[in-house]
Amino acid sequence: MHPVLKLITQRVALGVVLLFAASVLIFVGTTILPGDVAQSILGQSATPQSLANLRAELGLNDPPVARYFAWLGDVLQGDLGTALTNGRDIAESLGGRLKNTMFLAFWAAVISVPLAIFLGLLAVRFRDRWPDKLISAITLTSISIPEFLIGYVLMFFVGVKLGWAPSAALINDTMSLGQKLNTIALPVAVLTLVVLAHMMRMTRAAILNVMQSAYIETAELKGLSIFEVIRRHAFPNAIAPIVNVVMLNLAYLVVGVVVIEVVFTYPGMGQYLVDHVSKRDVPVVQACGLIFAAVYIVLNMIADIVSILANPRLRHPK
Amino acid sequence: MNEQLQHMTSEVAKGRMTRREFVGRAAALGVTAVAANAMLASHAHAAAHEAPKRGGTIKIGSSGGESTNTQDPALTASEVPLNNLYAWGETLLEVDPEGKIEYRMAESVEASADAKQWVFKIRKGIPFSNGKDMTPEDVLKTMQRHSNEESKSGALGIMKGIAGMKVDGDNFIVDLESANADLPYLMADYHLIIQPDGGMDNPGAAIGTGAYTLEIDEPGVRHAFKRRDDFWDSENRGFADAVEVLVLNDATARTAALQSGQVHAINRVDPKVASLLDRAPNLSVQSSAGRGHYVFIAHIDTAPFDNNELRLALKYAINREELVDKILRGYGSIGNDFPINAAYPLFDASIPQREHSLEKAKEHYAASGHDGSPIILRVSDGAFPGAVDAASLFQQSAQAAGIPLEIKREPNDGYWSEVWNVQPFCASYWGGRPVQDQMYTTAYLSTADWNDTRWKRPEFDAMLNQAKAELDDAKRKEIYSEMGMMLRNEGGLILPMFNDFVNGVSNDLGGWINDPNGEMMSNQAAIKCWLKSA
Repeated sequence: MHPVLKLITQRVALGVVLLFAASVLIFVGTTILPGDVAQSILGQSATPQSLANLRAELGLNDPPVARYFAWLGDVLQGDLGTALTNGRDIAESLGGRLKNTMFLAFWAAVISVPLAIFLGLLAVRFRDRWPDKLISAITLTSISIPEFLIGYVLMFFVGVKLGWAPSAALINDTMSLGQKLNTIALPVAVLTLVVLAHMMRMTRAAILNVMQSAYIETAELKGLSIFEVIRRHAFPNAIAPIVNVVMLNLAYLVVGVVVIEVVFTYPGMGQYLVDHVSKRDVPVVQACGLIFAAVYIVLNMIADIVSILANPRLRHPK
Repeated sequence: MNEQLQHMTSEVAKGRMTRREFVGRAAALGVTAVAANAMLASHAHAAAHEAPKRGGTIKIGSSGGESTNTQDPALTASEVPLNNLYAWGETLLEVDPEGKIEYRMAESVEASADAKQWVFKIRKGIPFSNGKDMTPEDVLKTMQRHSNEESKSGALGIMKGIAGMKVDGDNFIVDLESANADLPYLMADYHLIIQPDGGMDNPGAAIGTGAYTLEIDEPGVRHAFKRRDDFWDSENRGFADAVEVLVLNDATARTAALQSGQVHAINRVDPKVASLLDRAPNLSVQSSAGRGHYVFIAHIDTAPFDNNELRLALKYAINREELVDKILRGYGSIGNDFPINAAYPLFDASIPQREHSLEKAKEHYAASGHDGSPIILRVSDGAFPGAVDAASLFQQSAQAAGIPLEIKREPNDGYWSEVWNVQPFCASYWGGRPVQDQMYTTAYLSTADWNDTRWKRPEFDAMLNQAKAELDDAKRKEIYSEMGMMLRNEGGLILPMFNDFVNGVSNDLGGWINDPNGEMMSNQAAIKCWLKSA
């Protein structure tokens, strides 16, 4: 087998194993939480009788291992089951939420990834001069402030004072694309600020690293302009680490936006997960966890595969 | 002076002066806060009699909604599902803001002389939203669903004392095991929304006799409703063409949505920001004194709380005024260690208020002979907003009296299953009940499932049953007064404060009335208000 193909196969297999391990961890995590779903559904108004009835109805009396394997079997057949709390089909409600989260992540990525790479390149071009320092200062400040605080500040000034965008990002399917974009403007702005610094600094570091190489010196001696050197010689060689950090941040945009979704009451996966964790709705939590884990694993896998493909020594074996 | 007050009330109505400013200035003129609030309420009432307008979409931003919610009335436990229930459904009876019974699906109620048999005459010709007419059989089936022992309904406790139910012509008849003069109040419980066939086959279908039909149902996000043309009571309710209930659990998002005009009303305004919010020009903060109370509960059957001297020491040590000022920011009133206040029909105002006294706390603590080991109070902000701060203030004043109170902070998560009603001493919250009987039956009867202070006194139970059967209000009041005194002096309940319901309301919303039965006009703002701009 071609070594590249072999490496990629290995990497995919590792992903599957990781996903399985993640599902076990998620299950154990949900099982050791205090309280159970029946108690949480009924809350303070639970009576022993109604608790017992609900528990029996929800099948909570089966041993956890049996429940886990029953669930895993269904998932492998593409059935995520129904939510214990309201009996809705999980795949159906999750689908809508996932779409919303992806929509938010997509627009945040569309803005932040090119911007981060452009700013990174700009910082290298003007290394240690004021544009570089200014870019670093702004992005480092924004990454240092907790994201909910940035959210609240934007909400107050842009949403309430200026009235440019709604403060609660209550998106729904009846909206036109323009309305949707206006609705998600604030959370997208916060997410962009949050992921920008990381990607920008990695881009800058990766290219600077390449710039130390002998062939860059050759290029410079050849008389190429600094832009030309970065574009033709440095950037292609820095793609692997840049793709890596971009993928990591894309994963964050899907998985890590829980806080932002809650702050802006955005109807995405994060809020859906938070609601069901507090209700101990184990199948939903597991489904969400599995999807989050899959997103992380797939994006990391893509980053690794791109690195493998970008490595000439592997592409052209002796 | 009167002229000045008149002028000030109209200023408040126009939104140029806040309620609190008004109370403050009225106090300067020698008017008590209670009288000032009453003046405002009557003014608000007059304003509410402005002719309602029809049309538009009323948007309610509410906390207390999760993606796990259903439309099944039996499982309703938080605010958003409650708003939804009242949009599409109705109960036999309702409790109005003055605490009186308002007839909905029942057009009259009669009790037998011994208060053991109750006859509800059911209205005729009222259509469900599926087109079918509501019948006494539907009422019977609804009650059967909620009283079934297999049921997981939150109303199961209410239905316990019922011996039998039947339909006779236009009447729905309830026979009780023992007399209960308050049965109509129990039947007003929000779980008991009348559904076709009692909701036996599809309880979450959201089919009822209410003013609206459910159009969009996205739990945890939003619920949209459209007005019904065949609604029977359109003179009094359902003025907007459409209603939207938006789930805004984050307090800041909720406040911002009201300020920016995304919604017309929000619930649970944080007392910390209420006075700031009230300054905004296009809205007002509306608070109503309710029956909800923030409490510390001790199990009186567990050491060291089985010692009444120690309980009294703790009751005298707590500084009630300070808690109302600092935790509720004035949006509430002090409590007197029994769960009843002036919002209840037969409240006895002559019961003396327990004062904060370190001297008495010290005396009772010494008399208790407690060994000085730490007294652990478990607390979490999940118990009530500000519970951890309230516990710290309690700890400080207790320590000043030499009582070694210690706080153990618990996670919000699982608080109601792991701490409340399990640990011997913890913070808690009660929403109150429409009548004293129900409050006591729920939490202070020896056999009550939620007897969270382990208050088990046969003589108390006997008095409760006696009051239940008593149709003479003066005599009932006397009995309740005695029961209140008993709890106040010996109970495991430390009740420092009753919290107000604090709502934020847009000036565009007409017909707002402060309702002590619950926040958001007892969750009926959407169906009882109208849009002035419509």
